[in-house]
Formats: sequence, C-alpha cells, structure tokens
Amino acid sequence: MLDFRPDEEQKMLTDTIARFARERLRKVYRDAEEEGEVPQQIVQAGWEIGLLPTAVPEAYGGFGEYSAVTGALAFEELAWGDLAATLAIMTPNLLAVPVMLCGTEAQRETYLPPCCQDAPPQVTGALIEPVVQFSPYRLKTTAVRDGDAYVLNGAKTFVPLADEAETILIYANEGGQTQAFLVAAGTPGLTVGKRDKLMGVKALSTNFVTLADCRVPAENKLGGEAGINFSLLLNHSRVALGAAAVGVARAGFEYARDYAKQRVQFGEPIAHRQSIAFMLADMATEVDEARLLVWETAWLLDQGQDATREATIMKQQIDRMVVQVADRALQVLGGYGYIREYPVELWLRNARGFASFDGLAII
Amino acid sequence: MISFEIPPFIQNQLQLIRMVAEQAMRPYSRELDENEHARPQAFVQMTWPFTQEMVKRTLKPLMEQVNGNNGSNGSAKPKKEGPDYGMVNFIMMIEQLSWGDAGQYLCLPHPMLGGAAVDSAGTPEQRVRFLKKFTEGEPKWGAMAITEPGAGSDNSAMRTTAVLDPDTNEWILNGEKIFITNGALALKESDGLCVVWATVDTKAGRAGIKSFVVEANTPGVTIAKQEHKLGIRASDTVALHFDNARIPFDNVLGDPEVQQVESRKGFLGAMKTFDASRPAVAASAIGIARAALEFTKEKLAEEGIVVDYTKALHELTAVERDVIEMEARYKGAWLLTLRATAQMAHGESNRLEASMCKYRAGDAVTWITQKSVELLGPKGYSREWLAEKWMRDAKINDIYEGTKQINQLIVARSLLGYSRRELK
Ligand SMILES: Cc1cc2nc3c(=O)[nH]c(=O)nc-3n(C[C@H](O)[C@H](O)[C@H](O)COP(=O)(O)OP(=O)(O)OC[C@H]3O[C@@H](n4cnc5c(N)ncnc54)[C@H](O)[C@@H]3O)c2cc1C
Repeated sequence: MLDFRPDEEQKMLTDTIARFARERLRKVYRDAEEEGEVPQQIVQAGWEIGLLPTAVPEAYGGFGEYSAVTGALAFEELAWGDLAATLAIMTPNLLAVPVMLCGTEAQRETYLPPCCQDAPPQVTGALIEPVVQFSPYRLKTTAVRDGDAYVLNGAKTFVPLADEAETILIYANEGGQTQAFLVAAGTPGLTVGKRDKLMGVKALSTNFVTLADCRVPAENKLGGEAGINFSLLLNHSRVALGAAAVGVARAGFEYARDYAKQRVQFGEPIAHRQSIAFMLADMATEVDEARLLVWETAWLLDQGQDATREATIMKQQIDRMVVQVADRALQVLGGYGYIREYPVELWLRNARGFASFDGLAII
Repeated sequence: MISFEIPPFIQNQLQLIRMVAEQAMRPYSRELDENEHARPQAFVQMTWPFTQEMVKRTLKPLMEQVNGNNGSNGSAKPKKEGPDYGMVNFIMMIEQLSWGDAGQYLCLPHPMLGGAAVDSAGTPEQRVRFLKKFTEGEPKWGAMAITEPGAGSDNSAMRTTAVLDPDTNEWILNGEKIFITNGALALKESDGLCVVWATVDTKAGRAGIKSFVVEANTPGVTIAKQEHKLGIRASDTVALHFDNARIPFDNVLGDPEVQQVESRKGFLGAMKTFDASRPAVAASAIGIARAALEFTKEKLAEEGIVVDYTKALHELTAVERDVIEMEARYKGAWLLTLRATAQMAHGESNRLEASMCKYRAGDAVTWITQKSVELLGPKGYSREWLAEKWMRDAKINDIYEGTKQINQLIVARSLLGYSRRELK
C-alpha cells in the first residue's frame, strides 16, 4: 500500500552503490572524461556490485530478483557518481534485459548465463540512429525477411562499447514495427565504424555501426517469429535513463547547495539571498518530483501493467527537468561553474544528452 | 516498500465521492459561481451524514483514550499497529471533491482547517470536546483565523490580543481577522467553531501566539465584511471583528503547560497544523487540475486531437506537447502530495515535503488551467464551459496556506539548514 520508502534490502543496495559512487566514480570521473575512457578497474568493480546477475532468473544462473523499481534506485545512485561510467557498467543490460523480457527460451539459454559471470559479457545494443529527428517507433534501419534470414540495412550511432562487442542487439524497422536482432560480431555487412564524438559522456566509448545487406539467421530475431513488445522495452529503457537523469540532477543540486552556503559575496553567503535559495528549492522539488515519476512508471512495469503513457510523460518531463536543474546549478556557481575544474559544466553537458539517449540504457 | 497502490477501502469510497461530485456539485458549479454568497445546499445535504461518520471514526479511539484515562484502572489501549491511512483517505477525498468543484468543496460541513488546528495543537480531551458536535445535529462548519490586515505572510506581526481575566478565568479577545474561509458559516450560520490565533504578548512576536477556539455565537464576534472574489465564489470569505469577546480558559489549545500565559510553546503546536493542511490544499489544487486536464482532453478528442504516446517529440504537434506537459505537471505534483500524505500515514515528519507539494501543486494547477483556457480557444474563454471558472478557482492555491514564495522559503531553509534570520 501507498509507500515511498525503499525497503531494507533496497537500502542496503543503494548504500553500497552510493559508497562506490562517492569513493570510486567521483575520484575518477574528470580524468576519465578528459581522457575519453572509463578505467577498466572501475567497470569491473561496478560489475561486481552484481546488478545484472541479481536480476537474471535463477534458471540461467542469476538470483531472480528482477525489479524495475530496484533498478531505478541503483541507476540513480550510480549516475550521481558519474553518468559515463554508469552507462559503461550497465552496457550488458542493453542485450540481457531485452532477452530476459522478450527472448525465446533458446535465446535466454544462450545469452543469459554469460551475464552471470565474474566479468561483464561483451554485448551491447543499438537503437539510436544518426539523424536529426530520431523516432524509436519509426526506425530508418530496415529488416526484411529473405528465406531463413533477415537482411538488415541502415546506420546506428551511440552504440556503447561496440568495438569490443561479441554480440550487438540491433533494432530495425520490420514492416513498420520496431524489432530487434541478435547480430554476432564479424557477420558480413556489419561494420563497427568510427567512435562518436559527443558533447558529453566522453568517457564512454560509443561507435557508429553500419549494416549493409547484413544477413542474420531468422532464429536471431528477438522473441522468435512473434517478435518483441517494443513499447515494453522502451518503457524499461526510459525508467533507467529517467533514474540516471535524476542522479545527475541531484548531483548538480547538492553541489550548488553546498557551494552557495560557503561562497561569500557582499559580506554573507550567497545562499542567504532568495534568488539563490529559491533556485535551490525549485531544484530539489523538481528532482524529487522526477524521482516519483520514475518510480511510478517502474512500479507499473513491475506490476506487469502497460506504462507507455506514463513512461512518455515521465521522459519528456525529465528531459526538461535535468537540463533546467543542471543549468541552475551552474548559475549558482557563477564563473566557476563554467570552469572545467568544477564538475557542474560536465553535468550540464551530460544532462542535455538525455533528450537523445532513448535506448542507451535499460533496466 | 515502494508502492503506489491505493488501499481498496479508499478506492471504493472514492467511487461514492465521485458520484457526489457529479450529482451534487458539477450541476451547480456555474450557478454558484454567478450567485456569489449563495450556499451549496445540495452538496451540504448530501455530505453531512458522511462527514459526521468520518469525524466519529477519528474521535472513537480518542474518546476511549480520554475515558480510559479518567477510569480508575483502565489500562490504556495499545496504539493501533501499522500505518494509518485515514489521512490518505481524506486527501484523496479532497482531490475528488475539488475535481467536482473547489468552491463547494470548501463548504464541506466538517471541522476542516479549524479541525486540523484542533487536532494538531489540542489535547485528546480538547479534540473530543470541540469536535464532537460535528458528529450530531444540523450541519456545522469549522474555520481558522490567522490573517490580519497587517499580518499576512508575516503572522508574527499579528495584533489580535488575548488577555486573561483573572476574575472570571476567561480570555478576552480583541482584534480583526480578514480573509477567513467559512467564517460566517462556522460562527453565524451554524453551531460551528473557529480557531483564532492571538497573542498574549504583542512584544513577543511568534512566541506570544496561541490558538483559541471561538465557538459560534460568542458575544463580541461580528462578521465585518463578506469578500467578493475572483474564484471559489461558493466559499465564503469574511472579515471578523473581536470586540471584548470572552471565551473560557480551557479554549486555549494545548496541555496545561502550553495554556499558561507565560508559556512560549503555543506557536509550535499551531504551526503543526500546516503539516496536514498544506497537503490538503495541494490535493484540492490537483483536483481542479485533473478536472481541467480531463475536460481539455475530452474536447480536443472531439476535434480529433488525441495524443499518441509513441510519437517522438518532433512528431507531436504543439498542442499535443502542451497536453503531455499538463499531464506531467499534474502527475508530478500529485505524487509529491501523496508522498507528504503517506509520510503522515507512517508517522513521519513531513514539514519539508508538505511545503514542497503545496507550492508545486499551486504552481501546476495555475499553469494547467491557464493552458486549458488557451488550448480551448474562444470556447474555453466562454462562460458556457467551466474551464474559465477552473482557471479562476485555481489561482487561490498559489496564495492561501502560505503563498508560493513562503513555501519556497520554508523548503529552502530546510534544505540549507538556515534559520529565519539567515534566510529572510
Ligand atoms: C480566498 C482566500 C481565503 C483565505 N482563507 C484564509 C483562512 O481561512 N484563514 C486565514 O487565516 N487566512 C486566509 N486567507 C489569507 C491568506 O492566507 C493570505 O492572503 C496569505 O497568507 C498571504 O498574505 P497577504 O495576502 O497578506 O499577502 P502578503 O503577505 O502581503 O504577500 C504579498 C506578496 O509578497 C510575497 N512575500 C511576502 N513575504 C515574503 C517573503 N518573506 N519573501 C518573499 N516573498 C514574500 C508573497 O508571496 C506575495 O506574493 C485567505 C485568503 C484568500 C484570498
């Protein structure tokens, strides 16, 4: 019944992740950003928290405790530490969660056990396309049935860790519907292209991927003949990204709050002024509100209900919120906010990404 | 555990309330808006049996407690285990009634804000003594009087005085209160009550303030003025004059210590009222927002405009984007309100969250209803439909129970750990 408090297990989990975010991610995020790489030990340590194995059903070697609400809690804490590292750590989800939710028995048996090992599996997912007006329900990449195979054509971008991936889950338009295909590295016609150069999340390596008459065995269509419930997957993705956005926004709010209390101008802390204090009040309120919107969608998904409407409303609100909050955080810092020695400019760059990140994470 | 499930008994009750809203409120909305100061008879008749039961239910354990304490060996009843969803029930009822009509909802024959004040500042004995009359007889109303001409947001500036007459052991009230919701209904048109904030020491600022229960027809209390308003016109808003109004000593809310003239603790109890009343105002705001949102979507659908939630941002028309933003702001504010209310159910402090939801909901409903009139065009602006009325009704939620800015101040002080002096 109506309750907004995480349970004991969830609290233990978020405490663990909060410590990891504070003690590990916050120590490396700036160097990682400047150098364009999340250190491998960080990805490994993040993997060892065990988020994905916990979610995978026991039959495939996991612990069978899948919950979108718990996932949302985890994503927020991680992203509070650093978004790029979060996306790197959670990259295997891009293949594992769709297989879990929509895969055939054979697909689950093939792809899920490797997700419960000591090291992350080298798998990823590709939804986003290099266009101005991207629409996940109306992809430009196509899939056409040809005998016992599907032929894929098109281009993808923002594919995390694609250059190392052994399997990529590629989304394509099959007769007006978004479907997904498990494509092995080295399949003729599949080319992992150059690395994306992005405004933010620079530590995360993402690539262009092109598909030129790429033939994929028909049994590699996710969900078999029947295919997938794409809305369901997109809704789960929006929960993950929404939660991550809440983490980024909260990071900005907390930093600005602490800064405003110690920065003295005109003889007193700037936080003594309403114009600063009210910005902070709005930021905190909007962050809390966004979190509740994420939780509600996640909870509906956990109840097995359709949450397409809620997920869309939530996503659009959060894309607005996270930029506004990050922008105000920078404003509170004044000139210092613009300097790369301080984290806030990075959060603003990362925040703007959420409007384009549909499908870049999933829980 | 995180859950958005509404307890089934509340869901069932909401269906009844919705019927009341549809049958006893909506049909009279326009008429009561155009005839300001007319009373919503149908609504009052239909809800009075129901509100009596509600008050009875809350008083029952208190009466047992009060009687048990008086009894010789009466072992105090163990406190009920688990969360108390009564407040969630009340908040959802307010939302549904305000969906019906916010002005009429304010005329609910119920202790309302006065009751909230008695509940948070009064002893169990006082709660039973003052609220029992809301369980019997003719319909009655409760009110709460804080605001004065010179003391709006700054209630420490209040000038209404309470002086103890040692000969009769009565308090003597003098002063003027303005903008009092249900003042006339509570004090002149029924045997209700009004909780009045007054100071026992004008030099002590907030520390001198205590809450006093003034019952109906107390000599020396007059209605000085009925306000004419932008919206919520079914609700009466009056100025009260206190001219040597005498009330019994025991009508000052609080335990015997707080009741003493020298005690400076009255204000804390009084402020607790807002922890419950702010989510209540937020819920009322949300009810209006939902009314406007549902109506707007319905009318747009008649024009063939139905939002497709699978469209990307660039594929949506400007109108569809507006509708989605209306939904987001409605839903977000409602969830903040439910959170502040659930905290009460779980016995947690919610001062920060109560202010958050109050100002966010006031903001949201103001924007949503203004947007609704805009999207509905000339028909939206016409008095033929209720959209324009809802826009007028909505704005009060930005103002009473602490303006938007006052609630932002409370939130900011709490976040920053600042005192009133550090953040003015
Ligand atoms: C229809 C209606 C019903 C009401 N019902 C009741 C009732 O039942 N009981 C009751 O006691 N009162 C009631 N009120 C009064 C209401 O609570 C006050 O109007 C409100 O608290 C604001 O006070 P004010 O009108 O004096 O505005 P002011 O306090 O003069 O405020 C004017 C503006 O200044 C801003 N402001 C003030 N101080 C600050 C500050 N420190 N920082 C930043 N901004 C500030 C305010 O936000 C506002 O925008 C009612 C009012 C109305 C209109």
